[in-house]
Amino acid sequence: MNGTRAAGRAARVTRVAVPVGFLALFFAWPLAAIFGRSLRANALTDVLTDPVFRRVAWFTLWQAVVSTILTVVVGLPAAYVVARFEFPGRRLFRAFVTVPFVLPTVVVSTAFLALLRPGGPLAFLHWQRGVAPLLIAHVFFNVAVVVRTVGGFWANLDPRREEAARMLGASRLRAFRSVTLPLLAPSIIAAGSIVFLFTFTSFGVALLLSDPAHATLEVEIYRQAVNLFDLRTAAALALVQIVAVLAVVFALARAQERRAVAQRLVGGAESARRPRGRERVVVGGVLGATIVFLGGPLAVLVWRSLHVGGNWSLGSFRALGSSASATTLFVSPWAAVRNSIEFAIIATLIALVVGGLASVAIASRPGRSTRSLDAFLMLPLGTSAVTVGFGFLLAFRHLPFGFERSPLLVPIAHAVVAIPFVVRAVVPALRSIDPRLRDAATMLGASPARVWREVDLPITARAFAVAAGFCAAVSLGEFGATLFIARPDWPTVPIAIQRFLSRPGQVNVNQSLAMSVILMLLTVVVVLAIERVRVRDLGEL
Amino acid sequence: MLQVERAVVRYGEHRALDGVDLALEAGETIAVLGPSGSGKTTLLRVVAGLQQLDAGRVCWAGGDLARVAAHERHFGLMFQEYALFPHRDVAGNVEFGLRMTTSDRAARARRVDEVLDLVGLGGFQSRRVASLSGGEQQRVALARALAVSPRLLMFDEPLGALDRVWRQRLLTEIRSILDRAALPALYVTHDHDEAFAVANRVAIMRAGRVVQLGEPANVWRAPVDAWTATFLGFGPVVAAEVRDEIVDTPWGALQSSNRLGPGPVDAIIRPDGARIDHSGPIEATIVRTTFTGTRVELAAVSGTGPALTVVVVPRDAPATGDRVRLSIDPDALLVYPRQAD
Repeated sequence: MNGTRAAGRAARVTRVAVPVGFLALFFAWPLAAIFGRSLRANALTDVLTDPVFRRVAWFTLWQAVVSTILTVVVGLPAAYVVARFEFPGRRLFRAFVTVPFVLPTVVVSTAFLALLRPGGPLAFLHWQRGVAPLLIAHVFFNVAVVVRTVGGFWANLDPRREEAARMLGASRLRAFRSVTLPLLAPSIIAAGSIVFLFTFTSFGVALLLSDPAHATLEVEIYRQAVNLFDLRTAAALALVQIVAVLAVVFALARAQERRAVAQRLVGGAESARRPRGRERVVVGGVLGATIVFLGGPLAVLVWRSLHVGGNWSLGSFRALGSSASATTLFVSPWAAVRNSIEFAIIATLIALVVGGLASVAIASRPGRSTRSLDAFLMLPLGTSAVTVGFGFLLAFRHLPFGFERSPLLVPIAHAVVAIPFVVRAVVPALRSIDPRLRDAATMLGASPARVWREVDLPITARAFAVAAGFCAAVSLGEFGATLFIARPDWPTVPIAIQRFLSRPGQVNVNQSLAMSVILMLLTVVVVLAIERVRVRDLGEL
Repeated sequence: MLQVERAVVRYGEHRALDGVDLALEAGETIAVLGPSGSGKTTLLRVVAGLQQLDAGRVCWAGGDLARVAAHERHFGLMFQEYALFPHRDVAGNVEFGLRMTTSDRAARARRVDEVLDLVGLGGFQSRRVASLSGGEQQRVALARALAVSPRLLMFDEPLGALDRVWRQRLLTEIRSILDRAALPALYVTHDHDEAFAVANRVAIMRAGRVVQLGEPANVWRAPVDAWTATFLGFGPVVAAEVRDEIVDTPWGALQSSNRLGPGPVDAIIRPDGARIDHSGPIEATIVRTTFTGTRVELAAVSGTGPALTVVVVPRDAPATGDRVRLSIDPDALLVYPRQAD
């Protein structure tokens, strides 16, 4: 048994050492590199006293607050309809609302450009780049958070409370304001917090849809580091960004803790019913408006990608193989597609192995040490992708064996971003396994490795599948970190789209459209695969 | 066959097992009986190899098992609340252990059919375990443990979650399967009826130690101490005094065949020890009658003592308020040295 015991100890050490080592190397070290840079030669004080920085910081905060308010206002009617009414295709509608949320930022940006650029249906607004497209794109992205979080909560509120208020003489609006809204407040705040965090750290749409005069912190970090090559200032900005995000995350966690008690008081009852009379108009109107708002830009994207010079044509897609596009990219656009798929597979494998090992360690031994491991693994969640990418740039400039030039750094960065999702998905599944099942398998003659394969793995397979889909979607769409570390001759699809967008000329626009459609299809396929797993096993989304 | 010698398991300061000795003979069933927290499940896990010993040893046929991992011991264990694999159907559960040893699908299927027939679940092969009743799930668990023909079968409160009718039926079936297979077994329970019904010998555990080991009838007739007697559901413990051949109890001076030197003692009357006897020495008033079907339990008050329990057949039951005379079987008046509080 000593052999078995030694093997067991080795396994326990491995499942802590691998994730900790991986994140120390590929997360903590890059972050430390940023810290080191930003503390050099008064970089921090220079930045903090710079009026440009103040303008950027103020705009970042301002656009995040406005985006959040707009998203809640736009999302609430849809949340209400989904929560309270039964209508044909309700589940499909809920899935549809989620689509923008998982779409890559470059795809959404291209879609809005297709809408607003000359030739687009909304070109008359003359909004090509600037604050308005940025805010609208933020709403487009994050409506799903409000509909799902608030809608899910709303569906569990007993409608009789509101009816009771109506019986006591309150008008419909009054009943909503004095009864329903206070009960919904915690979920609205929860959803709003997430939206705020996303929009505060927004990079892709801010870079591609806003104008240079309205840069967010993320965009400014990128501009300083890559365009101006002022690493000192970029590092100082990144440090400010990290501190701000951590402060926000901490404050939100505290606020949620305080509200958790109130949430538990609400009883659950499925309360959806078919709309009657005038309600049909309201429900139809909300559904129609939401579908047009979310589906419109994507439809325009597809339409324009298939429409060259006023005719239906596959020309944009065919041009992807032409030599002209290869010079823009250094490689063929199809190579970018291949890179994206390969990187997604590698990133998913790394994230599943590292996150899976960490999950086993966290789930197997509750205690202080595993709680701190858990917290450590969640840190990338509170760090923006641009920070990760910039950290890579600073930390991995000189590595042994020329590893700094390895294209593998891209999927590794993607894995860093995706690991927290794996842990969040797998740990609860592992914890849900009755430990006696493992004992039972052992008593029936299964070795520890066989127990893992026969009990833990099949029971958590679903969670792993969902995590894998998530990792793949994250990797396919990842833009902020990739922009810093992708080698020019190894672009991913989002990088290729960005390059096409940054070149003048209709040919480049067409190619960005075609590439965006391809990326959208790839992502939708992956996400549909996840949703299938979920729907089949859980019945409800 | 199985020997447990001076087994010790510590959880920090607490000793879950505090020097347990136990020997199981071939074909024998020992019931390990004790309240929760007495260490009986820990003992089972130690024998299974799921729990490491801090001291002592566990041997099988003379060989120390310290170097044999749990999955190599070929012991079967049936868990409280079954622990069936939710991701496999009935046949998949029963087949599980067989898959560890043989790749012959046809042989495995035959064995699955065989044990399912044995536990009365023929035809249940492709049922989902979640669709089964508690009793059926427990039979699947039994079939799963039996399928691999273990050298020793262990039960951890196997009937705990079942209702009365199922308990009775399964208890009889487990007993007959163990007898037929001449399989040695350890049966952990907190229910003395269950322990007495299933076991050749009963080991009573308290605070990590085996305090008494014997055949059910002997354990019942003479519990080793007042605590054990109380645990087995015997009447209240009263302070008494031994004088000459007589025990002075709050119910009067009584004969006891359980000899102890003169002095203060704790006395307990076994539930089957008091009976209505017109020439009995105790005069008592019936204060309560409880009808349980095949018998009636009377609570009879006499002197300064707590109520005595008298079990009679319903036909002979007096009514509440009746005055009766009782005698106590000298063998059923148990006396123990006075416990210092």
